[in-house]
Order: sequence, then C-alpha cells, then structure tokens
Amino acid sequence: MEIFAQQIFNGLTVGSVYSLVALGLTLVYGILHIPNFAHGALYMMGGYITLTMMTKFGLYYWIAIMISMVIVGLMGVLMERLIFYPLRDAPPIQDKIAAIGILLFLEAFAQFVWGADYQTMPTPYGQVVSVMGLTFTMQRLLIIISTVVVMILLFLFLKKTFIGSAIIAMSQNREGAHLVGINTNKMAMLTFMISGALAAIAASLSSPINLVFPGMGHLVILKAFVIIIIGGMGSIPGAIIGGYILGFAESLGATYISNDYKDIFAFILLVLILTFKPTGLFAKGGHS
Amino acid sequence: MTARFKHKAVVLSIVLLALLLPFIIQNDYFFHIMTLSFIWMIGVYGLNLIAGYTGYLSLAHAGFFAIGAYSLGILTVKFEIHYWLAFFLACAITCIIGLVIGLVALQTKEHFFAIYTLCVGYIIYLVIDKWESLTGGVRGLIGIPVPPDLGPISFRSPVSQYYFNLFFLLAAIFMMYRIVHSLTGRTLIAIRNSEELAQTIGISTMKNKLVSFVLSTFFAALSGILYASFIRFIGPDISYITMTFDFLIFLLVGGIGTLSGPIVGTLLIVWISQQLQFLQDYRMLIFGPLLTLLIIFYPKGIVGGIFSWKMKMQEKKKRLSMSAKSATQRAEEG
Repeated sequence: MEIFAQQIFNGLTVGSVYSLVALGLTLVYGILHIPNFAHGALYMMGGYITLTMMTKFGLYYWIAIMISMVIVGLMGVLMERLIFYPLRDAPPIQDKIAAIGILLFLEAFAQFVWGADYQTMPTPYGQVVSVMGLTFTMQRLLIIISTVVVMILLFLFLKKTFIGSAIIAMSQNREGAHLVGINTNKMAMLTFMISGALAAIAASLSSPINLVFPGMGHLVILKAFVIIIIGGMGSIPGAIIGGYILGFAESLGATYISNDYKDIFAFILLVLILTFKPTGLFAKGGHS
Repeated sequence: MTARFKHKAVVLSIVLLALLLPFIIQNDYFFHIMTLSFIWMIGVYGLNLIAGYTGYLSLAHAGFFAIGAYSLGILTVKFEIHYWLAFFLACAITCIIGLVIGLVALQTKEHFFAIYTLCVGYIIYLVIDKWESLTGGVRGLIGIPVPPDLGPISFRSPVSQYYFNLFFLLAAIFMMYRIVHSLTGRTLIAIRNSEELAQTIGISTMKNKLVSFVLSTFFAALSGILYASFIRFIGPDISYITMTFDFLIFLLVGGIGTLSGPIVGTLLIVWISQQLQFLQDYRMLIFGPLLTLLIIFYPKGIVGGIFSWKMKMQEKKKRLSMSAKSATQRAEEG
C-alpha cells in the first residue's frame, strides 16, 4: 500500500510536468493547427536557461525561472513570426519539416553552448520530507503545487480576460475571430509566447529531479504528443487530464510491470488508441 | 522527342561516370564515402516514395532501416544463415512488419500519421535498445559478414563494395522510375494532391497508400541490409529519430517528390558533412536552419528549384517569341 501511495505521488509529479508541456502544445495546435515538433527543444532551452541564470549569474531559483520563461516565450514568438507565419498557407507536410529543422538547430545549439554532458540543476528545495509514510523531496511537492497554480492562472486568463477569450475564439474559428475584429496575428504570437513560457517552467521545475542535457526534450515532447492525442488535439482540459493519466500509468507501470520498458507504455497506449480511433479520443470536429 | 533523347543522354553519361569512377580516382576513403552515399540514397528513395509522392510524412523510416539491418545481422551472426537467404528474409521481415504497421498507421492522416509513425519509430528504437538477448542492446552487433563471393567476384575490396552497392542503387532507381511513371505512381500523386478527390474518382486510396508504404519500407530495409554488410557493425542508434531526420534532410535538400532529388541531396550533404568534419555534432547548427529555410523558400529542394527556374525560362522564351511574332505580324500588316 505504501509503495502504491508513493507511486501515485510520483505519478502526480511526472504527470504535472507532462501536463504543462502538453498544455503549451495543445494551445498552439488549437490556434494554428500545427503540431509543433520544436516544442521539445523549447522545453530543453528552458531548462538550460534557468540553469545558466542560476549558476552563472547566481540568481535565485524563482527569478531564474521567470527570466527563462520570458526568453523561451520570445523564442516561441520568433518561431511563429519567422517560420510558421510564412508557411501558413503551405501544405501541412512543410511546417512539420520546418519545425524539425528548428528542433535540430536548437539541440545542436545547446550542445555547442553548454556541451553534451548531463548537468544537475541545484534547487533550494532539496529537503526530504516524510508525511504519513510517504518520503519525498520538497521539489516534488513544489512541482505539483506550482503546476496547479499555473493551471489556475492560465484558466483565469483564458476565461476571464478579454485577450484570453480572444485566443479561445480564435481556436474555435480563425476566420470568425478575424471577422469580429480580433487581431489574429497578435493572438498567434501571444499563444506562442504562452506556450514557450509553459515549456520553460515545466523544464525548470522538473530539471532538479531529472537532469539537463541537449536531448532532454525528446521523450517529453513525444509523450506530450501522446497526451494531446489522448486528450484531443487543441483541447485544454484534455491536455491536463491526459498528462496526469500518463503520469500515473508510467509510474505504476514502472513499479508493477517493468522499469526497463517504462517509456514504452505511453507509445503503446498511443498506438492502441490510434489503432482503434484514428482521429484520437475526444477529437474536436472536422480537423484532422 | 529531342528533349527526351537529351534527358536519356544525361542519365546515361552520369551512370557511365559512376561506373568509370574507380578508374579515375583511386582512393579508398573516397570509395568508402561514395558507397555509404549510395546506401543512404536507397533509403532516401523509400522516404521519397511515401513522403514525396504520396504526401505522408513517415517518421519511422529509420526504424525500418534498422529492422532491415538488424534482421540481417541477427540472422547471419546469431543463426548463421547463408548470406543471401538472410538478405531475402530480412527484406521479407521488414516488409511484413511494414505491412502490419501500415495497415494501422494509414488509417490516420496528416499530423496524426506523422505523430503515429514518430511513436512507432521510438518503440522500434526502445525494443532494439532494451532487448539485449536478441539485439545485443547498446553494445550492438559485430561481425556481420560481407556478401559471399559470387564465383570469381569477391566483395572484400572497397572497389568491389562500391560496384556492389552501385548495382543495388541503380536497381532501386530503375524501380522507382518504373513506379513513378506507372499508373500506381500517378495514383499516389493524386492522393498527395487531394485524397478526397482521388477517392471521388474511384481510387482505392487505402490500397495504394499501403503499396506505397510497404515499398518505402522495402527500400529502407534494402538500405539497412546493405549498410549492415558494409559497415559490419550496427548499434541501436541507427534506429533513432536523428537518423530519420538525416534521411529527411537528404531528401529535402535534393528535392522531395523528384526522381533525382535523393541523389543530389545525399551527395551534397554527405560531402559537405565531410568538409565540415571539424563541426561534428554541431553540423546541425548549419543543417537545421538550412532545412527550415529550404522548406520556406524552396520547398522542392535544389532539383525542384532548377525545374521551376527552367520552366520560367521556357515560358519567358515562349512569351518573347510570341511577342516577336506578333510584332513582325503587325509590321507586315502595317
């Protein structure tokens, strides 16, 4: 029972990170209908920038995260402007390939600047806490709490502010939003900014328990894709729920089935889902 | 007719040049690189068929390449089956796996297909990496045999390896040429341009897509098999996503959806990589943005760019001669 509770807790931490990454991905997909393959690279950049801010400039953890969110968010905006905007009318195969180009570049760039070594990120929340038989570090608790806070903030932003509802309107119908006077270009840039910031915070939160290295985004982004397919491409609640489902499935699978193959569960889950429902679970309307 | 004749002459002279190259240049390192390029090209043709002609971006291509390579490796090293039998079996195994995956994957479209195949590719990588008893895990497989002697011909020297792989490349190109210019090829292009439209005029899209997918895995397998018996060592990294991206870069630089694109792209990138060896792992600093810029400005790559330039020139010429004609006409009338 104790192992089970521990694994549920681990699943919650892992799931939180997945949810944050998937949220960024699903927001962009909702607005532009692009699967942003470069999102994993943004995640990785987020990790590295936070790490650099902390080690090179000696900034406090939270300030480093803030800076990282802004920088990665701007990188997202730049990507939208320079790549996805010019390709908005191109056949869908092209923006996927363009995104892959960015992914390759950013990975090589990270390796060039920071080296290929695995690096650990220091954290002010390294203490080990023990509550009701559960042992965990503060960092893990922090991941769960911050994720919930970020999600609530995002929810309030999307539902309660004018700009937020404009983004939602755009994801429902781009032309319609344009007609009622929403500046779709600005909204697309803003969405990329949010998406990048979400990737950065996810990476910064998870790096102290994982590690920072150029390929750190690979698995995370693949799993985020699995999540948004499970949760419905473009669906925000779907991304959150999907993230936690995958987190639980992985941590329980690693304990009770096989630790070696724990990364494979997500993909088998996806292959199974797409086998029986080629447009994904909870698919929204006619988009394919 | 003359244009066709000219085209044929160009192709023949390139083939002749490839055949005579060993008599002009005698450098083992050169042959090594050329042979490797030939092997890549075969794989790139496979990707071209599914992504370029059919419009389905398969990101599991390196996975099939690796299945071909590992099938040959395991069959010859662990089970000590005769090389040519293993060669044949490896092709068959990959095609069967390709058929099964294709049956499922092709139900999905566009983004879903890309993501699905990306995940399939990752599963293949993980299985190869973790299934140590069969694949040797991270240590890989060593001592894969070269093709056995065919009568007096042995495949041990770099030059004979060069010809051996050139033979398969020419066969692959010929096959691609026949496919693309057949009814199937045109059907595939119709599917790429609009699947709904193709369906409306009575094309069984699923069947044709499946043919294209399985053929693409066949090319990948052939490439993988040749790679395994050329390098004679394989590790799990040949099935990793970066390998698929390499294929994709070769294809895009040359020209996606063109017949000569894979040759141009592979030769160019392989040679540039050789020149930029000091960059090693950082070569993507150049190739990544190159890929993105190409897709924005020249989505059809170098070959496609040349074609459209030629077309423009021809049109200009036509317009010029037309206006000249009308000018003379007017002069005559006046």
